[in-house]
Amino acid sequence: MSTNVNTIRDLAERDYKWGFITEVEEERIPKGLNEDIIRLISAKKHEPAFMLEWRLKAYRHWIRLEKADAEPKWANVKYGPIDYQDIVYYSAPKQKPGLKSLDELDPEILRTYEKLGIPLEEQKRLAGVAVDAVFDSVSVATTFKEKLAELGVIFCSFSEAVKEHPALVEKYLGSVVPYTDNFFATLNAAVFSDGSFVYVPKGVRCPLELSTYFRINAAETGQFERTLIVADEGAYVSYLEGCTAPIRDTNQLHAAVVELVALDNAQIKYSTVQNWYPGDKQGRGGIYNFVTKRGKCLGVNSKISWTQVETGSAITWKYPSCILQGDNSVGEFYSVALTNNYQQADTGTKMIHLGRNTTSTVVSKGISAGHGQNTYRGMVKILKGATGARNYTQCDSLLIGDQCGAHTFPYIEVKNSTARMEHEASTSKIGEDQLFYLQQRGLKTEDAVSMIVNGFCKQVFRELPMEFAVEAQKLLSVSLEGSVG
Amino acid sequence: MATKRGEESEERKKKRMSLLEIKNLHVTVGGHEILKGIDLRIDAGEVHSIMGPNGSGKSTLAQVLARRETYQVTAGEILFNGRDLLAMKPEEAACEGVFMAFQYPVEIPGIGNAYFLRSALNAIRKHRGEDEMDAMDFLPLYREKLKVLEMDEKLMNRSLNEGFSGGEKKRNEILQMAVLEPKLAILDETDSGLDIDALRIVAKGVNAMRSPERAMLVVTHYQRLLNYIVPDRVHVLVDGRIVRSGGPDLALELEEKGYGWMETEARQTAPASA
Repeated sequence: MSTNVNTIRDLAERDYKWGFITEVEEERIPKGLNEDIIRLISAKKHEPAFMLEWRLKAYRHWIRLEKADAEPKWANVKYGPIDYQDIVYYSAPKQKPGLKSLDELDPEILRTYEKLGIPLEEQKRLAGVAVDAVFDSVSVATTFKEKLAELGVIFCSFSEAVKEHPALVEKYLGSVVPYTDNFFATLNAAVFSDGSFVYVPKGVRCPLELSTYFRINAAETGQFERTLIVADEGAYVSYLEGCTAPIRDTNQLHAAVVELVALDNAQIKYSTVQNWYPGDKQGRGGIYNFVTKRGKCLGVNSKISWTQVETGSAITWKYPSCILQGDNSVGEFYSVALTNNYQQADTGTKMIHLGRNTTSTVVSKGISAGHGQNTYRGMVKILKGATGARNYTQCDSLLIGDQCGAHTFPYIEVKNSTARMEHEASTSKIGEDQLFYLQQRGLKTEDAVSMIVNGFCKQVFRELPMEFAVEAQKLLSVSLEGSVG
Repeated sequence: MATKRGEESEERKKKRMSLLEIKNLHVTVGGHEILKGIDLRIDAGEVHSIMGPNGSGKSTLAQVLARRETYQVTAGEILFNGRDLLAMKPEEAACEGVFMAFQYPVEIPGIGNAYFLRSALNAIRKHRGEDEMDAMDFLPLYREKLKVLEMDEKLMNRSLNEGFSGGEKKRNEILQMAVLEPKLAILDETDSGLDIDALRIVAKGVNAMRSPERAMLVVTHYQRLLNYIVPDRVHVLVDGRIVRSGGPDLALELEEKGYGWMETEARQTAPASA
């Protein structure tokens, strides 16, 4: 910790350091989207019939949506039209089929993850974290599988789950985010190529943090991964996800779906540090991060917590949500979203209370710098049967400079008179007096700013696993570089 | 490259020089001239006090010395340790050894008091080419100073000044000063809002820091503080000018007669154009 300030300063002097490109032989399919492409993706993954059917249903639905011009337009973000025929929907590093061990993995890819600070060799990993590494469209490695298998925990790539555990996949796939859910989720259902799958059996407390590290490498490709996590009765799992991409001057689409299912007394903690390439200082390039994340507290006393730190992407459109179906279930959303330069974020959550005595907590911290536009959009819905439901929402915005914007759109819908709702919101600017105070004590401007911002985000950071919290703090400092003149 | 002899003469020059030298300082805020030609020398080891009525420019002088950029210096110069203080950014001045105890310390949510102070100390140590101090080494130092200022250890994990009473904030300023060990300590109305017990504790903390290497500038409206922190010199600031300087007795005289007579005197002696 003693080098914390040091590290922050070193990092603050760098640009997007994850922007390198890995030279690796790619297997990619032609650009464009049609039924043949869907069949090709499914065939490449040797999927059972139910998967192909599901994909095709999604695709046909998406065609209708596209004809109806149903791409969501309500978000507070601006971007030009996306040409869905100009995207490569499947790209994978060429590798031998059925890797027996990491030794068979392309050393270039191993090096990529090492450069990113994610060593895949198990002996090098810190104890307590198992990693699934997704490179472009496919999962390239999953660590600690055997150790987890001893406990009955399944942690593998989605493709593998489809083959090895088709019954589980068929049962839960689309049960939280149906293929008809929204334009991007529908597109994902049709073309998703990989992602992570987790199943924690009854009564098992997963002893390792499970983590997926997503990397977009190839140009002109989209990344469409899908993650499904099921915690059976009384199970507990903490899952982390991280993401980076090379610097490219064209926009790339990332449309992922995450589904979480918590049965009776189960608990899922899902943490994200999203650091996709944000575009350059003039707003050229960067990832469009259009993601649907939703958890269902299906069982009684179940709990789902989302914690997200969103610093990357040119545009973020993302609302990790909880459906609180089981009585006494708990939903939580802790978020830090930062927009600098020309980044735009429209993010928040939906808490849907169905069961009795369900509780939700929303803490959102938005930071806008440069020309960044940051929108919090949150919905709390208390349905008729949700007697005794409670929600607490806190929504704070911090502005750095006078070219940026912060916007808040809370939606509250209450159909049961016993509900208790609290909503707090604040907007503040980093004050000249705060900055001067820290500078007068010897801190440089950028250190002073990152200290104030980290303080502002503390409530969220303390929800993150330790390792991630440190990473998140560093990321904020880097992302704020040059935001104060 | 300076020769050996050159270095020595530089050293001697430094010894001859005051730690702080303010020459003909003019400062404007929002188009209004607040300081109208200040001359002041403070040597290491000395404690000076600036007294004056409200609006005389006392705090402006303190803020300019701490390098707050909202104040515009229109003329004059300030040498600190022989270097041009006005060319320094606030953090640079701080690292060189200028410390200001704020009249209104700010609150910053989410930053622990101890973490903040260690970061500040390490910024200064780094500037001096010293090793940074880790949490284990810092803790005993911090605890020792907490004791001097009779502050609760629980404060150290709370956010910076957040929810502190007025007195706790002022004590926290002196605590920071005690840890950062500046060459020049500026106390900007540290006594305002303090009850008599807190005042005594704060004064004890300040007096413990008097040393031959350190200079202090105590800015205050009332003489009361100077009963506890006895200055070597007292300067009276009226309408942006030092109208009178003297020993500690001057403070007592002011207490007795008020500022009124001096203001009248100042008006009579001021140039007609001012």
